[in-house]
Amino acid sequence: MNKEFTPRITSFLCKWCSYTGADLAGTSRLQYSTSIIPLQVMCSSRVDPVFLLKAYLSGSDGVLMGGCHPGDCHYETGNYHTRRRFALVKEVFDSLGLESARLKLSWISASEGPKFARVANEYTEEIRKLGENPTRKSIFL
Amino acid sequence: MKNKKNTVLVLGAGIAGIQASLDLAEMGVEVHLIEGTPTIGGRMPQLDKTFPTNDCSMCILSPKMSECARHPLITIHIKSTLEEISGEPGAFTCRVIEQAKYVDPVKCVSCGLCEAKCPVKIDDEFDVGLRKTKAISRYFLQSIPSEYTINPSHCLYLTKGVCKLCEKVCPTGAINYDDKDREIEISAGAVILATGIDPFNPLGFGQYGYHRYPNVVTSLEFERMLSASGPLGGHVVRASDDKPPKKIAFLQCIGSRDEGIDRNYCSSACCMFAIKQSIIAKEHSKDLDASIFYMDIRAFGKDFDKYYDKAENHYGVKFKRSKIADIVELPDGSLDLKYTFENGDIQHEVFDLVVLSIGLQPRTGSRKLADKLDIRLNKFGFCHSDTFTPQETTRQGVFVCGAMNNPKDIPESVVSASGAVAGAVKFLNLGRHDISTGEEEIIEKDVSGERPRVGVFVCHCGINIAGVVDVKNVAEMAKDLKNVEHSEDVMYACSTDCLELIKERIEEHGLNRVVVAACTPRTHEPLFRDTISGAGLNPYLFEMANIRDQCSWAHMNEPELATEKSKDLVEMAVGKARNLTPLKRLPIAIDPEALVVGGGLAGMTCALAIADAGHQVFMVEKESSLGGNMKDIFFNLDGSDPQQFLAETIRKVEDHPEIRVFLNSTIEDIAGYVGNFRTMFTNGSGQQEELTHGVVVVATGGSEHKTTEYLYDESSRVITQKEFERMLQEEKFPPGKLREVVFVQCVGSREEGRMYCSRVCCSKAVKNARQLQSKKSRANIYFAYRDIRTYGFSEQYYSELRNSGALFFRYTPDNKPEVEKVHPDDPESRVRVTLFDPVLEKDVVIEADLVVLATAIDPPEENLKLAKMLKIPLNSDGLFLEAHVKLRPVDFATDGIFVCGLAHSPKDMSESIAQAKAAGSRALTFLKKNSILAEGTIAEVRTDRCSGCGYCEDVCAYAAIEIDPEEGVAVINDALCKGCGACVASCRCGALDLRGFTNEQLFSVFDALEIDAVEGIV
Repeated sequence: MNKEFTPRITSFLCKWCSYTGADLAGTSRLQYSTSIIPLQVMCSSRVDPVFLLKAYLSGSDGVLMGGCHPGDCHYETGNYHTRRRFALVKEVFDSLGLESARLKLSWISASEGPKFARVANEYTEEIRKLGENPTRKSIFL
Repeated sequence: MKNKKNTVLVLGAGIAGIQASLDLAEMGVEVHLIEGTPTIGGRMPQLDKTFPTNDCSMCILSPKMSECARHPLITIHIKSTLEEISGEPGAFTCRVIEQAKYVDPVKCVSCGLCEAKCPVKIDDEFDVGLRKTKAISRYFLQSIPSEYTINPSHCLYLTKGVCKLCEKVCPTGAINYDDKDREIEISAGAVILATGIDPFNPLGFGQYGYHRYPNVVTSLEFERMLSASGPLGGHVVRASDDKPPKKIAFLQCIGSRDEGIDRNYCSSACCMFAIKQSIIAKEHSKDLDASIFYMDIRAFGKDFDKYYDKAENHYGVKFKRSKIADIVELPDGSLDLKYTFENGDIQHEVFDLVVLSIGLQPRTGSRKLADKLDIRLNKFGFCHSDTFTPQETTRQGVFVCGAMNNPKDIPESVVSASGAVAGAVKFLNLGRHDISTGEEEIIEKDVSGERPRVGVFVCHCGINIAGVVDVKNVAEMAKDLKNVEHSEDVMYACSTDCLELIKERIEEHGLNRVVVAACTPRTHEPLFRDTISGAGLNPYLFEMANIRDQCSWAHMNEPELATEKSKDLVEMAVGKARNLTPLKRLPIAIDPEALVVGGGLAGMTCALAIADAGHQVFMVEKESSLGGNMKDIFFNLDGSDPQQFLAETIRKVEDHPEIRVFLNSTIEDIAGYVGNFRTMFTNGSGQQEELTHGVVVVATGGSEHKTTEYLYDESSRVITQKEFERMLQEEKFPPGKLREVVFVQCVGSREEGRMYCSRVCCSKAVKNARQLQSKKSRANIYFAYRDIRTYGFSEQYYSELRNSGALFFRYTPDNKPEVEKVHPDDPESRVRVTLFDPVLEKDVVIEADLVVLATAIDPPEENLKLAKMLKIPLNSDGLFLEAHVKLRPVDFATDGIFVCGLAHSPKDMSESIAQAKAAGSRALTFLKKNSILAEGTIAEVRTDRCSGCGYCEDVCAYAAIEIDPEEGVAVINDALCKGCGACVASCRCGALDLRGFTNEQLFSVFDALEIDAVEGIV
């Protein structure tokens, strides 16, 4: 593996909190890892468990999910569903022998630009330690 | 007033004029926007960033400029002047002169060949002379309208009869040297004036060395130097030697707070302006040393103090309270500043660059304009208006907004503009209208069955993106992506000429999907959707790649990786765009009634603005009477009578046929959405009632902070400003003569737990001190303060108080005044106040008869409950957080909900009235419509796949989906669906999908992300 490994982290960000928080990080010129590849969704609860699996199998070294803080969901209860589903997906990953450490859920509000940058950097480091996603080298059938 | 015209003339197209025009047009009013320069936009385009969010000024303004230019009810008249208003309010006739432009705007394609060839170089007014422009030019890059105009006083042909080069090179024959000034008459029901301000010109004031020393610049010049699209491309260098400055000094109050030059007012914005510039300058160059020399830092607005704190403690900007004695230029062009501190110490310091924070002053020619229009100016030359009617001029039917009637920052200008609109509509005869009013219907192209043809536009955003990302390379890469028919890079994707370009490319290449890689969809998606819609494409056939806010700005030091990421983002966007389908937006009916929460000054003023326009208003007030905090205000600095005004306002509200007041009532629940709210509340007799209404205005006010500091709880001689004001009114003073009165400022404000300035307390204390003096009291008055923040015209009263012998002692949070009882056992004992005097550098002890505390303004506790009910945000101080700090100061991100008064942030009476009227106006932009269009991104069911299990029904928070008992399949209520997609992810049969975010679309995004180098199969 090369030293300059730049992980690729597919990041599902909800439109109202995390995506806006990520925008704020940029507007405040907070610098964070280029590994974060943002993908806007209306609500974190839109993220079907299959999306996480698909992102993983497509070679993402990490998958980040960002939602509003519990209780602050723009859609009232969406992030509670997200939280439950996410726990389930982690279990499914474990039972299939996939690395559930490559999945992360974080609550980031629209005003938390600094938190977004911090989470981005910390998670990139974690993933860097894990190394490349093995699916980059092989395909699971 | 039979012949009421539903037309309003707006003079001045700065941010205030633009906002007023947009609000009116949204209510269905025809607007004529008159502007003297060749473009709309005013001062804002000259600014690089705006405080306290450091938002890019042009980025937030340009969507509004485009909206203004696109609106079918707004007619823009550039290079025009208003000469005369005749007739009666409701039916004015306005005489306007449109100056010759010498370029036919219909033929001009803004190609710029004429400017390139024009031999006449003149100083660029927009870049305050730091750059040259030509005799034929655009005012600035993103001018609207974008067509060129000739400056007749410099054009060689028009002055000397030779040249005609522009005519020769113009490919469309747009040049017309015979163009003449035209006089037109506009019938208007009302007129709104928004001519703005001029910056103070320090040229005649030799002590600062302006123009004599090349490295002394004004703050406006420095702003252009900082601007990425400015003459220096954002790389600040000194004029004397082109070297980047390492040490910059900002000198405050140049042309403000200066009795000697008739400017005994505070320009209100310059402190924040300098703080912003020091932060931006330090961001440009990290080891830069920036010092601000000031008298008081007036960071009185919402979140301003946090910004001030950030500048000082995070960025390391040095704040030096001192007076500048002298500036001397050294041989290398640097400047030796001699300044004196409060204690008399004199210091010398050498700076590379000195920025003069120049004040705001009335526009040149405003006296002449006032005479022509028959309106009065105040003694400083600003347009006169009264405290209780901040947007009314002395002429009925003529309103004023923006900085024309007092120095203001951007959000206050926007507020005053919407406020002026509320005044103007009273002179119109507005009914409700359908949204299509005046809009030309564009037939939407049917793209079904066509293979996707994607067009990609990659924006430079000046150097915001292109300074980091290799934009050309990204655009080049996109050409090779599947289904991409066309790809190019553009300077500013949001500029009018580029929007036109996108439309042309759609025609030229038969594009049926468009991707713009630029800033964030949060601010610019609506603009681009409108644009492709104008070219006949369904607006949902559009996708944005955020390569600025979430790429170039976040990875400024990694240009190569940022370029790679940009490519990924563009590829993902193209992947999604390929699978986009046209969506329809459904109309949502708007209930014409309004709910106003709170019956204080702001709530009542807002209710009257809405009710006067013919709409029913429900006002819910928790207390047993109307009036709120104003019940405790008895005096105003300008001598007007608040109680008389309050009594009149309450009477108007109570007598108004369209207003229903519910006292002693609390709101239990608010459900629904814009146009269709349903509110449950408990009324005065304890019964539950239900109301239905189209909009909500939050005017819950604020309350006086309950302090325990300075013996407030223990001594009857320590009271709050509010109590003191009542004492003055009732003339019930404590026993004995009042000989020594101490005012303590910032009690609870600007410290841990309440990191904001309560804004009104300085002026209020000055007011009450003067009131005490007017009671023929000969008491000695002492002020313990941190910064005196008597902004705007209140400054004159502060200096009068100072001149009258009141003594001012500055304190710091770590050295607060100490208060103790002279006789500890006597509750009525006088109190001993110990103050540190920074001038004498020793303690001063005063045996005070009365200590008056300027306690902070707290947001009411019920804000939290209301915020949850309405799903609207609060900021960290518990104040309601508006949709956009600068340009949407009374709106929430959620449509149909507005805020005004202290619920938004501390403000004085006049400001509350202005904001309440603004909220009323903004509410009317909805209420005046029969319906608005809902979003197109909602869930859909493929019934053939649905098993009717009902999981979706359980997860939906809006009861927007249910199982049809007959068919046994899920059915969606389109009007209720909010488009979150929770049901879609819960569906086990794949029967549900979210339009605009379908599984297919998202999967094609993952495909774009797929890593290509797969080495084996397991």
